[in-house]
Amino acid sequence: MNMPSTDQALRAVVVERSFAHPQEKVWRALTQGPLLEEWLMSNDFEPVVGHRFTFRMPAMPGWNGITDCEVLTVDAPRQLAYTWCASGEEAATGISTVVTFTLTPTPEGVLLRMEQSGFKPHEDRNLQGANWGWQSFFTRLEGVLAKAA
Amino acid sequence: MDTATDTLFRALADPTRRAVYERLCRQGEQNVRALTDQAGVSQPAVSKHLAILKEAGLVTERRAGRQTHYSAQPAALNPLMDWLRYYSAFWPDRFDRLDDLLQRMDQ
Repeated sequence: MNMPSTDQALRAVVVERSFAHPQEKVWRALTQGPLLEEWLMSNDFEPVVGHRFTFRMPAMPGWNGITDCEVLTVDAPRQLAYTWCASGEEAATGISTVVTFTLTPTPEGVLLRMEQSGFKPHEDRNLQGANWGWQSFFTRLEGVLAKAA
Repeated sequence: MDTATDTLFRALADPTRRAVYERLCRQGEQNVRALTDQAGVSQPAVSKHLAILKEAGLVTERRAGRQTHYSAQPAALNPLMDWLRYYSAFWPDRFDRLDDLLQRMDQ
């Protein structure tokens, strides 16, 4: 299921940053609800695979501010993954993504990598069949969109 | 807005339709016959695809005599691109906040 990184970049958001803090401490900031709320969003997260929870932000036009999530991976203190999907009325058509945090120890502390990948590999049959096509489609349309902007 | 996004996603979920749309984007205005020549499906099928693309706002049509010419509306793709742009800015901002939190956790 792993795709080359060049492909990933087009349908995934990847953010990496080094933190000069111990890996265990960064893991806590990612997995303890009150700490998670301080830097990410209000939540009812539990580090338990299968746990369903929500992130909540103030509503904005076209979005109720709620993100529906389900914990997929808890591999302390290395990897954490959950789904990140539009909620409520937008659930069927809004974003349906997976957010994966990967922690790699470094001499100074830890390298944190966040990857939010475009479409869930299950459900959403409409998009599933089209996944590979989206890739090249977006690549080729980049120029067109740049001109249209 | 939900319905429009839904229509857009569905319109682009079909590879043949994407190919037709992409061709219009790259080569400019075309009629059904020209599109059919390269689509690998029948003209009625292409017409059906064009109708769905039109419903999603991805193409517009222009009638000239008996001919109908279709052209792409790339701006209709914006809702699809928006979330990528949004989250590209969102996560670095949140990582700044995480850094702040980690400093405070030391104290």
